Amino acid sequence: MTLQTDSAEQTPAIDVRGLTKIYGKRTVVDHFDLRVPKGAVYGFLGPNGSGKTTTLRMICGLLKPEGGSGTCLGWDVIEQSDRIKTQVGYMTQRFSLWEDLTIAENLDFVARMYGLDNRKDRVKTALKTLGLYERKNQLAGTLSGGWKQRLALSACMLHDPKLLLLDEPTAGVDPKARREFWETIHDLSDQGVTILVSTHYMDEAVQCDFIAYIAYGKKLIDGPSGEIARKIGLSTWKVEGPGLGALSKALKTTPGVEQVARFGTSLHISGPDKAALEAAIAPWRDKKELVWTPVTSGLEEAFIHLMKEVKDNFA
Amino acid sequence: MRRGFSLARISAILTKEFIQMRRDRMTFAMMIGIPIMQLILFSYAINSDPRHLPSAIIDRDHSAFSRAVVTAFANSTYVDFIMAPQTPEEAEKAMLAGKINFIFEIPEHFGRDIARGTRPQMLIIADATDPSAASGALAAAGEIINTGLAREFSTALASLATGPPPVEVVLQRRYNPAGITQYNIIPGLLGIILTMTMTLMTAVALTRETERGTMENLLAMPARPLEVMVGKVLPYVLVGYIQIIVVLNAGRFLFDIPFEGSRLLFFWISTLYIVVNLLIGFLFSTVARTQMQAMQMMVFLLLPQILLSGFMFPFRGMPGWAQVIGEVLPATHYMRLVRGIMLKGSTRFDLIADIWPLIALIVVISALALARYRRTLD
Repeated sequence: MTLQTDSAEQTPAIDVRGLTKIYGKRTVVDHFDLRVPKGAVYGFLGPNGSGKTTTLRMICGLLKPEGGSGTCLGWDVIEQSDRIKTQVGYMTQRFSLWEDLTIAENLDFVARMYGLDNRKDRVKTALKTLGLYERKNQLAGTLSGGWKQRLALSACMLHDPKLLLLDEPTAGVDPKARREFWETIHDLSDQGVTILVSTHYMDEAVQCDFIAYIAYGKKLIDGPSGEIARKIGLSTWKVEGPGLGALSKALKTTPGVEQVARFGTSLHISGPDKAALEAAIAPWRDKKELVWTPVTSGLEEAFIHLMKEVKDNFA
Repeated sequence: MRRGFSLARISAILTKEFIQMRRDRMTFAMMIGIPIMQLILFSYAINSDPRHLPSAIIDRDHSAFSRAVVTAFANSTYVDFIMAPQTPEEAEKAMLAGKINFIFEIPEHFGRDIARGTRPQMLIIADATDPSAASGALAAAGEIINTGLAREFSTALASLATGPPPVEVVLQRRYNPAGITQYNIIPGLLGIILTMTMTLMTAVALTRETERGTMENLLAMPARPLEVMVGKVLPYVLVGYIQIIVVLNAGRFLFDIPFEGSRLLFFWISTLYIVVNLLIGFLFSTVARTQMQAMQMMVFLLLPQILLSGFMFPFRGMPGWAQVIGEVLPATHYMRLVRGIMLKGSTRFDLIADIWPLIALIVVISALALARYRRTLD
């Protein structure tokens, strides 16, 4: 796999095999293998309840896996979670700092928990970088969603972690803040910090160096983000013009077409078999008002394709 | 949509409440457990006319008369003679340590003087720190002596049937001569107030973090269970000190409660007691899933602490099984210690039997709490 050749000269930041988590009779994460090279931005994609959070929690020692083994930053994931915790910054999906402490008090507490030197300076710098220095005495609970998210990120980076685990960090955050957030992520990555981030958004997924797609606790595919769609081997046609609603309905039931999705003023029609797809759209190809162009399949199409396959397996 | 009063909506809410009630097993168990516990404690353990109070007998006469009196007291079931010390000092020590409630002292020539009709004195020293424990036996003392002597010597001592009682009973209410109940209540109340508030403070310590979602953050940071426990417990020790100061000053200015013993010793044993209660609370919060459950557990422990600790009812007057439970409760030992120090002026040597249980509880509860502490979100 490309992933392994890329990082062959280095020990990966995360290297786990067969990670399994079982709640009662439900297997939430099923034999999960993950290899994250140092300094990479690694995206976790998958629908709600697919096991993204559980996997992140197992890697940072918040949950005990029922099976599997491996290392995180060179330490054993099962036995040495205390050591891992000192080098990992974990940003929870839900805001989990203390709402009844002020911004400054929260950062100071985190700094003390990690036993950081020059605590006051670090907190001050963090507050200034964050742009919250003037509001440092405001209660964290009174911050808006976007600011809470930035504070949380700032708090989990206070101890200069080598690995950041970010659990849907941009959920509920406005587009501008999201863009700024991703800029920070890339800066950190350039500095050599490894980042494992889970997300729902496809536009965020393309920002990652590597992607793993998870559904029902299983990894369906992983690899460099640019190669995912090609790996799956999905063909896609873009069509523009009037009457797309009716066309969409008609195509959905046509054999050879797997998915029809609206992208702004156009439709994307995809199918796994190139010939079958072309046969399916042939009757509409001649219509003058419609403009047909073959396009490279996007991640979204790729993942919807994966989900369809999986659903069949689990039905 | 229906407007106004709707039975359908009421039944919707009602159904939802029932479902939630059924899901919260702990609450359900408490709703059944607490009444049962109250029923048992109130009806079986409590005895407002305490019997079998441990006592010492110093018999200097060793005559048929003195033995008859001793037997009469033993048969009365008010007292159990658990020791027959040689010297009054030995008996006093036992009373200081709270091991006995009464000292009976029969003087030399007791029997001879009864036979002569010169009405010898018999000394009964009662530990009056708990006035209600002493009253029953003391009130019945004269009658017990008379019937005891009458049974044995009715033929020989015709005068017993008539005339003045053959023995003059001298009563000494030790430590609380006026029998003021506040002397007993206030030190006991201190124990109850502390157990209520201290346990509650830490009982919600971890469940609050869990409910607010901050537990995930706390666990993601490199904190050891012992660090979390000590850090969560210590601040409230100060709160405990403030409560003690308030209660003691109120006791002193409002009720004139004496303070006979060492304040330093009082400070140390109070610290032990506060820590025990805080640790119990912390243990609860490692077991409970919600703050509500933690509080219910606190109430569950509070009941026996009030009823079986000797706070409301004389400890020695309770049935054996209740005393066994009482001995495990920290409030029992703390009340004995506080009453001993405040009212009797007991020293740490007198009180060692009640100090070590508190230390043992600290060790055991800490160990349990640390074992129960969940280091993961599982």
